[in-house]
Amino acid sequence: MALITCQDASFAYEGNTAVRGLNFEVHSGDYLCIVGENGSGKSTLIKGLLRLKTPQKGSVLMGDGLHANEIGYLPQQTVAQKDFPASAYEVVLSGRLGARGIRPFYSRTDKLAADENIMKLGIESLRNRCYRELSGGQQQRVLLARALCATKKVLLLDEPVAGLDPMVTQELYRLIEKINRDTDITVIMVSHDIQCAVKYASHILHLENSQAFFGKTEEYVKSNIGMGFLGGERDD
Amino acid sequence: MIEMLMEMFSYTFLVRAVIVGLLVSLCAALLGVSLVLKRYSMIGDGLSHVGFGTLAIATAMNAAPLTVSIPIVVLAAFLLLRISENSKIKGDAAIALISTSSLAIGVVVISLTTGMNTDVCNYMFGSILAMSKDDVTLSVALAIVVLVLFVLFYNKIFAVTFDESFAKATGTKAGLYNMLIAFLTAITIVLGMRMMGALLISSLIIFPALTSMRICKKFRSVTICSAIVSVICFFIGVVISYVYATPTGASVVIVNIAAFLLFWVTNIVLRRSKS
Repeated sequence: MALITCQDASFAYEGNTAVRGLNFEVHSGDYLCIVGENGSGKSTLIKGLLRLKTPQKGSVLMGDGLHANEIGYLPQQTVAQKDFPASAYEVVLSGRLGARGIRPFYSRTDKLAADENIMKLGIESLRNRCYRELSGGQQQRVLLARALCATKKVLLLDEPVAGLDPMVTQELYRLIEKINRDTDITVIMVSHDIQCAVKYASHILHLENSQAFFGKTEEYVKSNIGMGFLGGERDD
Repeated sequence: MIEMLMEMFSYTFLVRAVIVGLLVSLCAALLGVSLVLKRYSMIGDGLSHVGFGTLAIATAMNAAPLTVSIPIVVLAAFLLLRISENSKIKGDAAIALISTSSLAIGVVVISLTTGMNTDVCNYMFGSILAMSKDDVTLSVALAIVVLVLFVLFYNKIFAVTFDESFAKATGTKAGLYNMLIAFLTAITIVLGMRMMGALLISSLIIFPALTSMRICKKFRSVTICSAIVSVICFFIGVVISYVYATPTGASVVIVNIAAFLLFWVTNIVLRRSKS
């Protein structure tokens, strides 16, 4: 069974349908990139996948024993976070909160899991540094470690490379690919960077307020819409 | 020095005021860290003005001030929170609207009933004589409730403060915890308002957090540091107000300003010496 199944799902934003006719499946171990212009419904779909928004029509089903709060989410950064006084460790550990439920304090297991993910992302040296003093790429790694703390199955990344310089962007893409390959964690990424999307992803979902394309990356680059988008977005 | 303190604490009203004040400054400092980081500082200011209005009405009705103020200010807190979250309505403008409205209503109510006298001045700038024995019991009980809830929900408050979308996505009820923060803030403000004054109480929330953020780098250390700074500043402020016969609220704020400047300069010196 698929991990996430969208069946003819539509999502509305303040009464207006933002994206409609979604029919796709995400299987365990997939690397799905969601692409499309600004305002094509990507952010709305993310809210829908996180169960923060119920579909206006159709349904989003979770399979393979996946619960909605077991998705490791990497949101776009907010202004308030840029000068937030917190250590990287505190941020990573907060990823375990969803699993705590009503219990107020973190257990030993939670703390071990946080340290394990810090190691996995190679940010041991940042563990006790202040979040606001880290570079953009380092901050994303910290947030990625936090997302890993919240999930064993799916990572949902909302434009993880926005605002990063090319070198750091490549490093982050490689890191995400490594997580996807080595730990079999499914990756769903919203991206503006179509070149990297086709380079790393196994599947592409192209939105134009409806589902313009869904399928394997090899098919996407040969399709009309894929060729048009790849050509048109090169200097973006 | 010790003699002077002994003399000071031979007055029961001062002992009461200091007990309540210390507890309130502790609560305010803890909540302040989250409020300042969430860009909700103005909510505290708005609430204190609403509190002023309710105090005036309570006095006019001859009702117990705390029991009237607390429910209304809690309601106002939820309303202000709703407004701030919905950025389509200009949040800061709405807060200014609500706070000036309550101020105006309060002033009119006072002038119609008791007349504009020292009462108004006491409400605005605080009076250390305002605490009755019942007030102290209620204040201490409520302050302990605020402290216990804060400690129990510390991790959740951190998560919601740092990143609401992530917290929501992983199943933390962010809206609920925002309401908890607003609720605790409302209670803290009402408790501290008559001593510190409606115009000055929000400084107890904002100053300690900003002061400790100059130096501390972790959320936990910021929280602990602001609690300590707040309590110490309050105590020094009360002693100064006793010795120089200055208004308590304003004296505490002055000490807080001094602490802020001290931390600010320390941070600059530390950074210089590192580089």
